[in-house]
Amino acid sequence: MPGGDIVQSHSELEQFRADLRAWLEANCPAEMRDGRRDETTICWGGKNWNFASPAQKAWLEACAGKGYTVPRWPVEYGGAGLTREEEKVFRAEMDRIGARSPLESFGIWMLGPALLHFGSNEQKLQYLPPIARGEIRWCQGYSEPGAGSDLASLQTRGEDMGDHWVVNGQKVWTSYADKADAIFALVRTDRDARKHLGISFLLIDMNTPGVSTRPIKLISGASPFCETFFDDVKVPKANIVGTENRGWDVAKYLLTHEREMISGGGGGLLGGRALGAVLADSGADVAGDVTLRAAAMTCEVDAMAIGLTLERYKDQAAAGTGAGDASAMLKYMGTELNKQRHELLMAAGGSDALEWDGPLGGRAADWLRTKANSIEGGTSEVMLSIVSRRVLGLPG
Amino acid sequence: MAKLVVTEEETMLADAARGFLDEAAPVAHLRGLRDSGQTRDAALWREMASMGWTGVLIPEAAGGSAMGHAAAGVLAHEMGKTLVTSPFISSAVIAATALRQVADARANAALASIADGTATYALALDEGSKFNPAGTEMTARRDGNGWQLTGDKTFVVDGGHADRLLVLARTDDGLTLFDLDAGRAGITRDPRNMIDARDAARVRFDAVAATGDDVLGTVDDGMTVLRPALEAGQAALAAEMSGLAAGAFAMTTQYLKDRKQFGVPIGSFQALQHRAAHLWCELEVTASAILNAGRQLDSDPGDASLAVSLAKARATATAQLAVIEGVQMHGGIGMTDAFDMGFYMKRARVSAEWLGDYGYHASIVAAHRGF
Repeated sequence: MPGGDIVQSHSELEQFRADLRAWLEANCPAEMRDGRRDETTICWGGKNWNFASPAQKAWLEACAGKGYTVPRWPVEYGGAGLTREEEKVFRAEMDRIGARSPLESFGIWMLGPALLHFGSNEQKLQYLPPIARGEIRWCQGYSEPGAGSDLASLQTRGEDMGDHWVVNGQKVWTSYADKADAIFALVRTDRDARKHLGISFLLIDMNTPGVSTRPIKLISGASPFCETFFDDVKVPKANIVGTENRGWDVAKYLLTHEREMISGGGGGLLGGRALGAVLADSGADVAGDVTLRAAAMTCEVDAMAIGLTLERYKDQAAAGTGAGDASAMLKYMGTELNKQRHELLMAAGGSDALEWDGPLGGRAADWLRTKANSIEGGTSEVMLSIVSRRVLGLPG
Repeated sequence: MAKLVVTEEETMLADAARGFLDEAAPVAHLRGLRDSGQTRDAALWREMASMGWTGVLIPEAAGGSAMGHAAAGVLAHEMGKTLVTSPFISSAVIAATALRQVADARANAALASIADGTATYALALDEGSKFNPAGTEMTARRDGNGWQLTGDKTFVVDGGHADRLLVLARTDDGLTLFDLDAGRAGITRDPRNMIDARDAARVRFDAVAATGDDVLGTVDDGMTVLRPALEAGQAALAAEMSGLAAGAFAMTTQYLKDRKQFGVPIGSFQALQHRAAHLWCELEVTASAILNAGRQLDSDPGDASLAVSLAKARATATAQLAVIEGVQMHGGIGMTDAFDMGFYMKRARVSAEWLGDYGYHASIVAAHRGF
């Protein structure tokens, strides 16, 4: 995100707020004001996206027209160019009316920030506006069967053919690869270099001949993840982000954004309503069940403090005082808390929560899904090792 | 929403405080006081006054430095790192904030006496083993134009040496806050031998006479004055506890680098690395809640209850974790009196109880969040 924001006066911000309120009143459809932020209501966009309703489509188009799908991105790349202070106002006003997020995507959370940092101007102009408008849906090709926590040992390889690479190999845990239009992938382009130094960051059209996907059925019954196979896939040389064989730098930068997203920055694991209110709404006796109440209180205290920490790091970034390896901490704390939160929701739901499509809807599936939170994007143990090494300076 | 960024001024204040306290009040200072049976250092308090710390929340017109709540938190955090013994929170934060709510001529004179270091205060509030202002039972019975206060207060932190006492008592139609000279007839102080070696007393009030001049704020409505003072105190205490946690954590990570077993620093073992890293994460999250409480008190003190209770709850949990992990990762030496970690553990336990424990504050957070 851009640093060195201009300082705005209180009256400027209040004018922005007033204008925004009027715009939201005129443009946010009533259907999009229920504050929901779950798998069934998310708008992911992309060439093959089927809008759930005309309101979802209208809301995306209205926001995209103003740059509000990516409020902090520069205007020329499809954003609204908001300052950090304006963004806070924007989030607050969206929350105030319970507005749904108009668009979520890996393009917004991960590829976009990486392109803003490492991309050429041509790449930014080519790729960022379609992400902002929800026209192209991206997926992430990082992990492989033999490269999980030890990601840099990846073996998918790209052979240099002059004006293009020929890519062969297999990725795994590629979220929504079967629905995506394109993939950003880590590919080994120098097999002789040390493992971190021979990797390039490539953009690959999923419609290229030789790309195929196979969904993986998870314990939740759903298949958000796929295996993705590359069989003699031609990738133009122009599709590299950053420098050849230095893709690890891009990968790491992107991972910090992914971790912030998982911890609550984009997808909002911790966003939204208070746990106690959610519990009470679904019939749990939060006041009378002392065990549940005590656990919910602790969960809420921690959720609020982690939320403030996310805000603090964003404020620091806007003020130009970087947050270093904070994303590892946020990812670890946010995901572990989210798992606890869903354990509580299951306990509160009792036997009603045990039916796949019972009175509490998809609560069990959501609970099972959260178990991946502390694995995907770097396990909790990897996060703790990052903190130990880079923040605490412990040996080894 | 105020920015959650530590300002350059705050960093400079912290550095200056650290420089002073490392000389004047390292943990060895507390140990020295304890070993000689003392619970205060009057010279240290005078130095804090000369640096403007005692007047951190007092208007310049009353001789204060008016730096605000976030700055008070910065000072408290630094004091917490080396377990500084002083009536800073009782006097410069709680009493000063209460007196500022009143701000008449008498209150301004009292503020000036805090700012210049000539008077210290203690808050006589608790009556049972748990913080519960609403449950105050000590009575102030009507007696002519005034009152007679009778009852027992306990865990009056800094109350053994304080010049003045803020006393909450039940009057005809509510709770009233009195500001009394600690030496007034009928007041008996019983300084207790506390686990953290600091000043705390049980105080008996036996038909203590008080007049309207002794009342802070309005009769039967003492909480209007006391509530902001408690919130300011809770936020500063949370900041102090976060400093305590940071101090214990720093000792622990250094030990992990220095101590060798099996021929290598024990900090190279992943089991200990992950314990330490988890603790750092907790400290970092708590720091946000502390900063947020200070910012909220400075920008919108009437709406700070959630921010303050969040800070005190998080600081309590984090400080206790830091000392428990501190002793465990130090091994046997952490159990010895000759080593400082025990001081941190005992202060954390006392601070956890003072001005409301984890459950008290987590309940307030829950109430704000609708359950």
